Amino acid sequence: MYSPQIILEAALNGLMTGAVYALIALGLTLIYGVLHIINFAHGALLTCAMFAVWVAWAWLGLDPYLVIVPLVPLMFVLGYGLQRFVIGPASHGDDGNILLVTLGLSIVLENVLLAVFQSDTRTLDTDYSFQVVALGPLLLSYPRVIGLGVAVVVTGLLWLVLNRTDTGKAIRAVAKEKLGANLVGIDVPHVYAVTFGLGCACLAVAAALLMPTFYVNPRIGGAFVLVAFTVVVLGGMGSLPGALLGGLFIGVVESLCGLLLGDSLGQIGIFLIFIAVLLVRPTGLFGAKA
Amino acid sequence: MLAVESVSKRFGGLMAVDNASLVLEPGGIIGLIGPNGAGKTTLFSMISGFVAPSDGRILFEGTDITGEEPHRRAERGIGRTFQIVQPFAGLTVCENIAVGAYLRHAKRADAIGKARDVARRVGLAAELDRPAGGLTVAGRKRLELARALATEPKLLLLDEVLAGLNPSEIRDIIPVIRGIRDEGVTILMIEHVMQAVMNLCERVYVLAQGRMIAEGKPAAVCADPRVIEAYLGHGAAARLAAEGAAHG
Amino acid sequence: MTARDLIPIVVLAVLAALLPLVVTSSPVMNFLVFTLIVALGAQGWNILGGFGGQFSFGHAAFFGTGAYVTAILQLRYGVNAWAGLLVAMAAGAAVAWTIGFLSFRSGLRGSYFALVTLAFAEVFRILANAASFTGGAAGLLIKLDVHPANLQFADRAVFYWLVLAFVTGVLLLTRWIQRSRFGAQLVAVRENEDAAKALGVDSLKVKLRAIALSGAVTALSGCLYAQYFLYIDAHIAYGSWISVELLLAPIIGGVGTVFGPVVGALTLHGLGELAKQFAGRIPGIDLIVFGSVLVLAVAFARGGILGLLERLRDRGRGMMTRGAKEVSHAGR
Ligand SMILES: Nc1ncnc2c1ncn2[C@@H]1O[C@H](COP(=O)(O)OP(=O)(O)O)[C@@H](O)[C@H]1O
Ligand SMILES: [Mg+2]
Repeated sequence: MYSPQIILEAALNGLMTGAVYALIALGLTLIYGVLHIINFAHGALLTCAMFAVWVAWAWLGLDPYLVIVPLVPLMFVLGYGLQRFVIGPASHGDDGNILLVTLGLSIVLENVLLAVFQSDTRTLDTDYSFQVVALGPLLLSYPRVIGLGVAVVVTGLLWLVLNRTDTGKAIRAVAKEKLGANLVGIDVPHVYAVTFGLGCACLAVAAALLMPTFYVNPRIGGAFVLVAFTVVVLGGMGSLPGALLGGLFIGVVESLCGLLLGDSLGQIGIFLIFIAVLLVRPTGLFGAKA
Repeated sequence: MLAVESVSKRFGGLMAVDNASLVLEPGGIIGLIGPNGAGKTTLFSMISGFVAPSDGRILFEGTDITGEEPHRRAERGIGRTFQIVQPFAGLTVCENIAVGAYLRHAKRADAIGKARDVARRVGLAAELDRPAGGLTVAGRKRLELARALATEPKLLLLDEVLAGLNPSEIRDIIPVIRGIRDEGVTILMIEHVMQAVMNLCERVYVLAQGRMIAEGKPAAVCADPRVIEAYLGHGAAARLAAEGAAHG
Repeated sequence: MTARDLIPIVVLAVLAALLPLVVTSSPVMNFLVFTLIVALGAQGWNILGGFGGQFSFGHAAFFGTGAYVTAILQLRYGVNAWAGLLVAMAAGAAVAWTIGFLSFRSGLRGSYFALVTLAFAEVFRILANAASFTGGAAGLLIKLDVHPANLQFADRAVFYWLVLAFVTGVLLLTRWIQRSRFGAQLVAVRENEDAAKALGVDSLKVKLRAIALSGAVTALSGCLYAQYFLYIDAHIAYGSWISVELLLAPIIGGVGTVFGPVVGALTLHGLGELAKQFAGRIPGIDLIVFGSVLVLAVAFARGGILGLLERLRDRGRGMMTRGAKEVSHAGR
């Protein structure tokens, strides 16, 4: 039906889209692993970052990859502030409340973007948007190859931050034992906010990697947020390597489903996996923790 | 009425309960004692259906109930309290107890009536309309007892209902427990307050490191060297005996 | 149920029924009908989410099922609209029961339950958007044929009375739940599932009954939506917007209360309309208001508007009794 080359190309393309999914999921899973909350605003925050990349390109003429440099700290600060001053205080430490507050935030962010940018879909084009790299007989999109490389590097960096720095140690301490960490003098709300900031910083990178080949409109986050949840659930809530592997896997599944079922049904594979994993093994395929 | 036959429970590498057996005849108050972490609560959870045994079986009134859901066992007449109290915090005391009463009374008026009766018996009558979340420790323990009692159990499993109470509160609640027994309810109680055990229980079982190590009259069990060792550590019985001899 | 339980519901229903005699403008009637349809679906959400504590983020699955079943039965099989309404409710209950069975049996709760319901709704949306049976992306148009047998009325007020009757019916149903054994057990499961089980509550059965009822009521609101607007597509019927609306209203109004969903829906849509009046040029302004109100409600008004009112009343009473005590002290 399909030649092996087409299937292989689709799988590789999926792998590279999956790298970006992995980055988005990385932020989500980090926040889940430490704060034990599901951040519903993750998709809307990604949309914010994507618009930031677009604005920097359209108004200031900056290269999207270059935007990473100012956008990572900006998103970190935004995330830090949101957790410290809005989500934390508003939810009174209750899980259900956090779900609702982040849902409320996502509605507000999405519609503020709608108010500012209208509902138009925007793209940006760079010299390399359509460049390809030849790998034997296969032609791979250049921005996607970059995306895969950067996603792996960022996962590695995040791992280093968590395992080799004092802040990382504090984060892991809080993730394990919130009360104990509090007792030994760790400022838990600060650590929560730092974690949330790091999760958002991942989104800045993801946005910059997405924009050269993708588009943005105020509702685009919704398409990503469920995919990211799927990745997180698949990889095991809170597991960084799980998020990376899960992201790559989902990218491939989506790409192959798209090839076999057509675009309109392509995404259904993701949701069915999501439901199946939740129903059968909520701890994830790669996660061991209960 | 209840027969626990060679039941074991493994949590990962830990044998929380190891080949424990126990037999209860109808009527009376039986104690279950043992050091912390001995597996007493786990044994209760297996009897009430919250934890599935890794091995062994449990019979209630001659029927094998090992695989039954907790609510089915409650219907059969097994009531339990939780060591870590589990109130329906957002409901009033009366509504809390009524949930138990609804098991045997489908009509609201009957269930509420039953709840009021039970509340009076355990000394919660004055708190009926207060939110359960606002009760004191003693109040919450009474509420645990009241809710279980409202299901009209034949067998009542009490998990440390006296823990955390002060001596006068304990003195108040002991007659309540006796009263329940006098109505024909069989009681199996986990207790650390030894004075209460001596006072209330006709027989006690001793669990240590998951094993049932002794069984008998409270006074006899307390003098059993194996029991003393289980509580105070290896060689303690011999030391105590030696000290006793020296003083005597 | 006692007379005291019923009187507030009956009085409010009668007052609301008199409204079309005063208000005749059709935008206002449209607003009221739409808001009541949302309120009805939100009442459905509240049975499961409010009383049962199981927060669904995917009630669109039931709303959409009600809407599509209604439309498809009429268009493809020529089934009478009223019969279609009953089938739609049954279908909503069946879909809900199935989703509930799969999720509750796997022990999903809290955030996990929210996520899985969201995913189910998305699957329905994608399927409805792709299948030709459901009209695909073009959606379905119910033929305009004004006749009471077709659930289409020349006068908007009649449809308003019909929706109002259903809302009132569900208010009564909710009040009954609140006063019944089923309701007590449902609330007990919400507050502490293990404790409920120990008291003989079959928590799986109770939750399944709740989700089936919830699905039927929400499907009814979807059916009425389709009958009123005579057009649906996958985004309208199964889109996340409706899942969010149905959850917002009870949370803003008072989760787990009888009147909460109705109060919440009226407040939200009232505010949304106001925002549109003042800043109608800005797209999404009403949703910005919805989202902000949600965050504020969670932060400052747990228990929603009704919870807030109750606290105010209690404080008022507290002041009165304190005042009375002072008076009696002074008298001594
Ligand atoms: N759900 C569980 N998972 C793992 N270990 C458990 C669990 N419940 C109890 N344990 C362990 O089993 C042992 C017995 O506990 P428990 O029955 O609570 O003892 P007791 O009630 O006699 O103090 C303890 O070491 C405890 O840590
Ligand atoms: Mg114990």
